Amino acid sequence: MAETPQPRHLLFVRVTHWLTTIAFLALLVTGLEIVVSHPRFYWGETGNVNTEPLFKIPIPASRNLVPTGYGYVLPDQNGWSRHLHFQSAWLLILTGLLYVGAGLLRGYFRRELFPTRSDLSATQLMGAIAEHLRFKRPSAEEAWSYNVLQRLAYLLIIFVGFPLIIWTGLAMSPSFVSAVPAAVNLLGGQQSARTLHFFLTGALVLFLVVHIFMVILAGFWSRVRAMISGRAVELTEGGRIGAREERV
Amino acid sequence: MSKLSRRQVIATGLVATAGASGLVVAAKLAGRYGLVPPDSGGIYGPGETLTYAAQRLLTRHSQAREFSRSQISDKPLANEVAPLGDEFQRHQKAGFADWRLNVDGMVARPTSFSVAELKSFPRRSHITMIQCEEGWSYIAEWTGVPLSYVLDLVGAAPQATHVVYRSIQPDWWESVDMADALHPQTLLAHGMNGGELRVGFGGPLRMRVTRQLGYKSLKYVTSLTVTNNIKQFGKGLGSAEPEGGYAWFAGI
Repeated sequence: MAETPQPRHLLFVRVTHWLTTIAFLALLVTGLEIVVSHPRFYWGETGNVNTEPLFKIPIPASRNLVPTGYGYVLPDQNGWSRHLHFQSAWLLILTGLLYVGAGLLRGYFRRELFPTRSDLSATQLMGAIAEHLRFKRPSAEEAWSYNVLQRLAYLLIIFVGFPLIIWTGLAMSPSFVSAVPAAVNLLGGQQSARTLHFFLTGALVLFLVVHIFMVILAGFWSRVRAMISGRAVELTEGGRIGAREERV
Repeated sequence: MSKLSRRQVIATGLVATAGASGLVVAAKLAGRYGLVPPDSGGIYGPGETLTYAAQRLLTRHSQAREFSRSQISDKPLANEVAPLGDEFQRHQKAGFADWRLNVDGMVARPTSFSVAELKSFPRRSHITMIQCEEGWSYIAEWTGVPLSYVLDLVGAAPQATHVVYRSIQPDWWESVDMADALHPQTLLAHGMNGGELRVGFGGPLRMRVTRQLGYKSLKYVTSLTVTNNIKQFGKGLGSAEPEGGYAWFAGI
């Protein structure tokens, strides 16, 4: 049998990448829909329309309890939004566990995501940043591994961003915090948790925008194809896609 | 196929088989130990069931956070309610002297209590937060008779799984499982912040469920039914909220 080329992305990475994409987009849309029912944010334990908000989002609300200055109330979408938000949160958490578990088993994080010592030297880092600032299209070899900035960004999102947004989400649950009060106390209160959850959403959306921009810069279809099928090479001449065995 | 990948295929197969049989066993156990919510059907059923089961495993005996007196909100918010009908107005004019709480279902002694009787029972107070699913909240001191005391008094059957409670407002009804019904913080509340429970906040009688969102703390409660067959009420989804598209379990 002919030598099987190593896929660019392992199967578990590809599967969990797209499951996370689905979960994240569903969480984003439903999360914003829930915010519409009370587009005011507070700091501390409590907050309501009788108290001073930290900030307001200048949009109409889906409940007429909230004084928004608009003369109308948007349709209430909280029922399905809350259902889908929590169902997607489960998908995200289970996908995350699968990803971290498989990643540890395969030595994936050490090999693919942790920067090497030389990567982290000042000259290497400055060089990588300079290349990014010039929007330089990555070289062909770079299609086969992550550069140092990618590695740091992915590590930050996977091991800091997602855990924090899950934590702040759980800290809003009156039932969860009855069992784990520190989850909300450490954040400074239930309304603080809600506000932090909103800011973290902003941070994750910012990551998503930069991520998609970089994928476009590197060649959108070839990178998307690599994340779907595992193949990083261009189509063969004539566009024929050779059947290839893949490692799982 | 290399040796390594064959081993991986076998391992993956074993993991998948174990996972699938694990799910079947988990579903059976969840049903037996009351970890399946009444609204477990439909496309959001898996999420609801996971949430309820996980929360119940984690929180069966946990207490909602209680706050200090200084943390009581100076500006609590009486959420808007549908217009209160003629019957309520009559009760209000009469100072709720004739307001009754009827208790029936799987109880040894079906009983009807007046508000005065409920107020004469041992009372408990706690300073807890009430959160609306919209996102706002306030902290208040709630005073009332523990629901568990009333359930003891009427001789609720040990096989009971849920307590259904209804508002004087037509079509408003809720239910909780026994973990919440017997929970020491769950009150039939008749007082708030040291005074009477005002009408805007659910007076004369409000269910106060501390570990769930505000809609479980039903206002203007007039009756309780103890049951071991929650599916026979309304559309079989556990309460009025799932019939309107919301989750029966509101702990999150």
